Amino acid sequence: MALFDAVLELADDHLVLGHRISEWCGHAPMLEEDLAMPNMALDLIGTARVLYDHAGKLEGQGRDEDVLAYTRGEREYRNCLLVERENGDFAVTMLRQFYFAAFMEPYWQAAANSSDAVIAGVAGKAVKEMAYHIRHAGEWVIRLGDGTEESAAKMRDAVDELHRYTGELFEEGAAEGEDALPSRASIRPAWEATVAGVFAEANLEMPEVRYAQTGGRNGIHGEALGHMLAEMQVLARAHPGAVW
Amino acid sequence: MANETPLWEVFIRPRNGLSHKHVGSLHAADEVLALNAARDVYTRRSEGTSIWVVRSSQIVASDPDQAEENFEPTGDKIYRHPTFYDIPEEVGHM
Repeated sequence: MALFDAVLELADDHLVLGHRISEWCGHAPMLEEDLAMPNMALDLIGTARVLYDHAGKLEGQGRDEDVLAYTRGEREYRNCLLVERENGDFAVTMLRQFYFAAFMEPYWQAAANSSDAVIAGVAGKAVKEMAYHIRHAGEWVIRLGDGTEESAAKMRDAVDELHRYTGELFEEGAAEGEDALPSRASIRPAWEATVAGVFAEANLEMPEVRYAQTGGRNGIHGEALGHMLAEMQVLARAHPGAVW
Repeated sequence: MANETPLWEVFIRPRNGLSHKHVGSLHAADEVLALNAARDVYTRRSEGTSIWVVRSSQIVASDPDQAEENFEPTGDKIYRHPTFYDIPEEVGHM
């Protein structure tokens, strides 16, 4: 079931981050971003749906996308820690988005020739979406990092807060030895080049991480994920099988 | 923030061969963010193949007080409209 577990990890990354950005809907600092963030959330949730559907079929136990998304508890979620971090301020949200997209864009590039037709199909579409997320979030990282004294301080705080979660992106997790999926470790040079390019323009320094945070792929999460899942799953748990 | 953020006019070309059409306006700090915002706000339903943004302050507009002298003189010159001959069907969209 290694491929099932590996696809589930990918799906969880996308659903959790998609839900996180959707929390901004109606609360963004300006109308333009209030539309842009749900756009990004819908890209991620759309990818998550295809991946959950695929995972359910790989598993062959009759679990569909809704069962996988709405009935698993915190310890069963296999997303990396970066995506579950709380939104914080706009700097944290944009930096988190930039870090994730800078990883996923080259990842999907590498997955485009996957022997698994569903993965290859998702990759072809998602690579364009991630390219735009890099651009959108990256431009904000630059604007805030190289902006006013206050915006620069907030962006530096965001880097200090989030950078420790980026190492986990490159752990192979359940995909270890899976031919159908790219090696995560092999994405590191592309990720570092993208981040270094934006950091140079943003006057930000790449921090040295002493204690990298990890554990998400084994279901060991921060406190934030449980609260998020409780809110995301409450309706499906209160009314199992409800349709509209 | 809105007080300091410039206003931009957005023009979208729906298909190749058609011209850019004004679709609305938005706020953005500079031209790069304006293009991004235009993409996010005005092309969510596959409306476009190309985007232009122009700072609203750069638009030179005609004076509404001169509307009569500008536009009314053309009202009675119906011979300027191509309505006195039939367009063959094969010509299609004109």
